[in-house]
Amino acid sequence: MSIREDLLRVDGLVKHFPVRGGALNRVVNHVQAVSDVSFTVRRGEVLGLVGESGSGKTTVGRLVLRLEEATAGTVEFDGTNIMQLSKAEMRRFRKRMQIIFQDPFASLNPRERVRTVIGHALALHNIGAPATRGDRAIELMEQVGLSAAQLDRFPHEFSGGQRQRIGIARALAVNPDFIVADEPVSALDVSVQAQVINLLSDLKDELDLTMLFIAHDLAVVEHVCDRVAVMYLGKIMEIAPAAALYDKPNHPYTEALLSAVPTPEPGKKRKRIALTGDIPSPIDPPSGCVFRSRCPRAEAICAEKTPELEQVGPDHFSACHLTRKGQPS
Amino acid sequence: MSEIEVGVAAYGDVRGSGWRSELQRASRVMVAARWPVLAVAFLLFAAIAAVFGGWLAPFDPNRQNLVLRLADPMTSGPDGGVFLLGSDALGRDVFSRLLYGARVSLTVGFAAITVGGTIGITAGLLSGYFGGWLDDLIMRLGDIQLAFPFILLAIMFLVVLGSGVWNLIIVLGIGQWVTYARIVRADTLSLREKEFVEAARAMGDSTFSIIFRTILPNILAPLTVIASFNVASVILSEAALSFLGLGVPPEVPTWGSMLAESRDTLVANKWWLAVFPGVAIMLTVLSFNILGDWLRDFLDPRLRERT
Repeated sequence: MSIREDLLRVDGLVKHFPVRGGALNRVVNHVQAVSDVSFTVRRGEVLGLVGESGSGKTTVGRLVLRLEEATAGTVEFDGTNIMQLSKAEMRRFRKRMQIIFQDPFASLNPRERVRTVIGHALALHNIGAPATRGDRAIELMEQVGLSAAQLDRFPHEFSGGQRQRIGIARALAVNPDFIVADEPVSALDVSVQAQVINLLSDLKDELDLTMLFIAHDLAVVEHVCDRVAVMYLGKIMEIAPAAALYDKPNHPYTEALLSAVPTPEPGKKRKRIALTGDIPSPIDPPSGCVFRSRCPRAEAICAEKTPELEQVGPDHFSACHLTRKGQPS
Repeated sequence: MSEIEVGVAAYGDVRGSGWRSELQRASRVMVAARWPVLAVAFLLFAAIAAVFGGWLAPFDPNRQNLVLRLADPMTSGPDGGVFLLGSDALGRDVFSRLLYGARVSLTVGFAAITVGGTIGITAGLLSGYFGGWLDDLIMRLGDIQLAFPFILLAIMFLVVLGSGVWNLIIVLGIGQWVTYARIVRADTLSLREKEFVEAARAMGDSTFSIIFRTILPNILAPLTVIASFNVASVILSEAALSFLGLGVPPEVPTWGSMLAESRDTLVANKWWLAVFPGVAIMLTVLSFNILGDWLRDFLDPRLRERT
């Protein structure tokens, strides 16, 4: 696969949430949800963003869409720095970048019929003549595997999987170039997860979509993503083509995550690396490498110096002092 | 596809979405629920009384007849007429006054709720959605207002603005806004964080559209019930203010003022003077309440199958 041009370029993204306290409700501290994250998403590619709860992956997704204002850093989309767009410009720009939400029960307005949901999206961005929008809505419904007859129903009349399909139809309605899928299947039953994932990867091929696929589960990501970025405590630990990452993880954290993924072959057992303790508080992250407090191989240097992402293989970057020579244990 | 799904799909096909079919559904559902029909019937009757009271009333509501004062209901009055609901301390026909009274009472009740509701809902939405200093400002204003007895504030306003029906409506409306603002603010605060609001933002909706098109329809339900209760307190407040000479002039009949006047004669067993305006107010409130309750269920898509 040849390297394609970058559609999304994220550089030095930082997000601090203020922690207020005391009698005067002053800012006493900051939660460092995202600290200095940089990555690119190439046109037509699906980049997986994986991490535990609290790793800041959802915040990255929201920052990229500017649903949240970043503390620092730039997000460049197709040559436009979206951080510098005015509010009105940003609203118009949203036609190009959409989001699929995690919870299909909360992401649809209970008082809006599906027709209204899709029709409003089309009307908002002046897509098609008003008379043709009904046809477009039917087309979208069929595209996500629902029927035209269901257009006049309310969200509560659908199952979780169907609701998620409506969420996908809504995101697709404006013909976006780029979609952030924020844990799109983690709220669904396992049997439905596969259907929705297959739908997403079919649509991706059909519509030539570029996606940022956020998940906490490496097994889910493996099937859809071209490249995968692993996040821990607001930082990217490793970023690599999916095959390379699963085959030859470089970072100890990635190794630990992968060891938790069940393998289908009974004979071939991965060595289980159980991480002890919880993810540290993002208010007071460890010095040096943020992972060192739970890393089974941590050494003195890990507490002193923050490791930077460095190339360890073709298109493969990892932030670890100990494994950077490209020799994972 | 299972049988159930086929059934649901067929149901989905026949269901239209135009306002005409909504209206048909409204009337069908209302008849099925029975009570709302009675409520509508009474309110319609009261509205007709309010508009055409002058033609319907058997007597001039201000015509005094000191010989026939405090007459029992159903006794014959002057000119061959009958005091259907008796006469008051000045010999005026209670039934005629009740019909005339509907005009001021219903106008003031309805308009004041509209004014108060509009101010309160807007304030609550802005307060809850934007938060920060705006929230503080609006909510503290509300607190300050609630710290004063309402009647005192109303007197102050009316003394400054002068008496009259429209000023009365504005003052009574302002008296109600805090209730609405607080409820709306609380609901907005929780809805603001919902993913479907986020989705509207991600779609590129304007803030105005998010507040009034996405959030507002989701918080209207409890308000219909509160508004229906509020009508009663507004009608009674109107009576109190009119009694103090700050509302409508004493010769204009209103339900509230009739009730207020009845207290002198109640001890003398002249029950009809208190009971009939009281019943009129009660029926109005009850009707609004039933209707508000029904409207809430009717507007909730989750209750469509049952309603």
